[in-house]
Amino acid sequence: MDINIQRRSSIAIIALGIVSVVVAMILNFGGGQEGYRGYLLIGGLLLCMGGLYVLPTRKHRQIINVLFLLPLLFAFAFTVIIPFVFGVFYSFTDWNGIKFDQFVGLENYITMFTSQDYVYSLLITIVFATINILLVNFVALSLALLCTSKIKGRNFYRAAFFVPNLIGGIVLGYVWQFIFNKVFTSLIEGSMSMLTDPNLAILAIILVSSWQYAGYIMMIYVTGLQGVPRDVLEASSVDGANSLVTLFKIKIPMIANTFTVSIFLTLVNSFKQFDLNLAITNGGPSRILNGFSILSTEFLALNIYKTAISKNQYALGQTKAVVFFILLAIVSLTQVVISKKREVEM
Amino acid sequence: MRSQIIKRNIMEVLTIVLMLVFLFPFVLVVINSAKKSSEIVISPISLPTQWGQLFVNMGNVINNQNFNYWNSFFSSVLITLVSLFVITLFSSMAAWILVRNKTKWSDTIFLILVAAMIIPFQVVMLPLLSTFREISDFTGIRLLQSYKGIVFAYLGFGGSMSVFILHGFIKSIPYSLEEAARIDGCKPEQTFFHVIMPLLKPIQMTVLILNGIWIWNDFLLPSLMLGLNGKIKTLPVAVTSFVGSYVKQWDLILTAAFLAMIPIIILFLFAQKQIIQGMVEGAIK
Repeated sequence: MDINIQRRSSIAIIALGIVSVVVAMILNFGGGQEGYRGYLLIGGLLLCMGGLYVLPTRKHRQIINVLFLLPLLFAFAFTVIIPFVFGVFYSFTDWNGIKFDQFVGLENYITMFTSQDYVYSLLITIVFATINILLVNFVALSLALLCTSKIKGRNFYRAAFFVPNLIGGIVLGYVWQFIFNKVFTSLIEGSMSMLTDPNLAILAIILVSSWQYAGYIMMIYVTGLQGVPRDVLEASSVDGANSLVTLFKIKIPMIANTFTVSIFLTLVNSFKQFDLNLAITNGGPSRILNGFSILSTEFLALNIYKTAISKNQYALGQTKAVVFFILLAIVSLTQVVISKKREVEM
Repeated sequence: MRSQIIKRNIMEVLTIVLMLVFLFPFVLVVINSAKKSSEIVISPISLPTQWGQLFVNMGNVINNQNFNYWNSFFSSVLITLVSLFVITLFSSMAAWILVRNKTKWSDTIFLILVAAMIIPFQVVMLPLLSTFREISDFTGIRLLQSYKGIVFAYLGFGGSMSVFILHGFIKSIPYSLEEAARIDGCKPEQTFFHVIMPLLKPIQMTVLILNGIWIWNDFLLPSLMLGLNGKIKTLPVAVTSFVGSYVKQWDLILTAAFLAMIPIIILFLFAQKQIIQGMVEGAIK
């Protein structure tokens, strides 16, 4: 095709695109309610991009760079970056989910740390996370050792242990609520459901969460264990080391990196636990502390959700979420530092 | 020698017992989905007297107004597939540009994407809703309670990790391949779609699986963006809204859970190796 015609037509396309974007923006700012103004805007933007794409120019490479990055960065900016910046900002205001009237400084933060339910929720999340990390990793490592031993049908067992991980926490949570409320109580005649006792209810969530997550962490340990060189294991058995000695003196030290990965994965996962929490207990049962009635199994993520969505305290919920983010950021940065240190030593 | 065989047998028995314990909840779901409510009260662990009840329960649940199985199933499928398509395509494109253009800009963008991986959903969810609502009011493009809005959100949230995984892989592809294509007269976009994209298939599989399992099972984002009682529901949202309306009807709730589990279990039976591998690889990176 004649290069001049191509140039002219692509410029025409871009011009058309710009016109429709401008018209759409005029309608937007004029407070228009026409349903087509959205399509006009998107269509205009697409025309601009299409026109730039076919425009014959030496800068074609640069245009491609921008066009290839744009869709992802556009979505990323509007779903993550902008809400994040606004979120931090709103935590210093009296935001009600729609608009804010004034800055309140650190008031939300002070309210948060002096409210019983939040401090309790923070502590109970730490308790939950600690026990959960230990249990998940213990179960996962044991399963991994079984699944890398010489038994028949290893792959089948691995797949079976992995299954709970595929199903969402919401669905599994309801199933387990049934198991705790109906099955266990019918197995042990006349017993009360675990979910009616504050301490046992936390244990119940820990059990389910370990059950769900152990198969996943198991596969990470399996990958680690398979990386232990066979000749080292053979050498140790020739030297007469029994399997316990092999485990503690060879396997575990050699998969130290796998431990770091698994522990941090479980740590982050435990802190973010929401679905199971919502579906199994929804925060209940209540516990009386210092004369206050507090939901005994409301972990941080659920506490944030309920503060904002159920109690309609958006600014407070957002403030809790910002602190939640800081906690998780500290955890993640610690992991990076530890892994980097390991790499240097290796 | 003898003691080793005994030991192996003990291990085998132990593994089988553990496996049964692990899978027992699923057994309970299946047997109780085939019972009437009164039968569950009598004994939740016995086998059902009539397996035919399973289909009666399934029929009740599928046609239930709050659950609307086929609608939510197809909404889930549509949202998951379209999101996966846009995430994989646009992340691959972005990752390729970020690897092959070493400038201050590309490094900064990549750093921001990686750093954003530690942002938990909770900290952005509330402002996300208000931002989307304002964009909708301003431009007339409906983002809440709509397919395009939720797909757009999944692209934003899934993008950073996907770019990170793809970035690492693309770095290992020799640049000489692209130079050869350029000398042969390929434009950059042709090089990408004809030379690079085919090479990315194995790592794109990982991206698809990681994002797919997450999106399919995700509850919080669709419950906020689509609403618990909105027109469009994904399966986890539908289950929750169903449970909310039938508090103690365990026969129906378990049948709903059964129906929600079935699709992914079937998928797993066909592609278990790829799924496990994909999820584990994604985590280790």
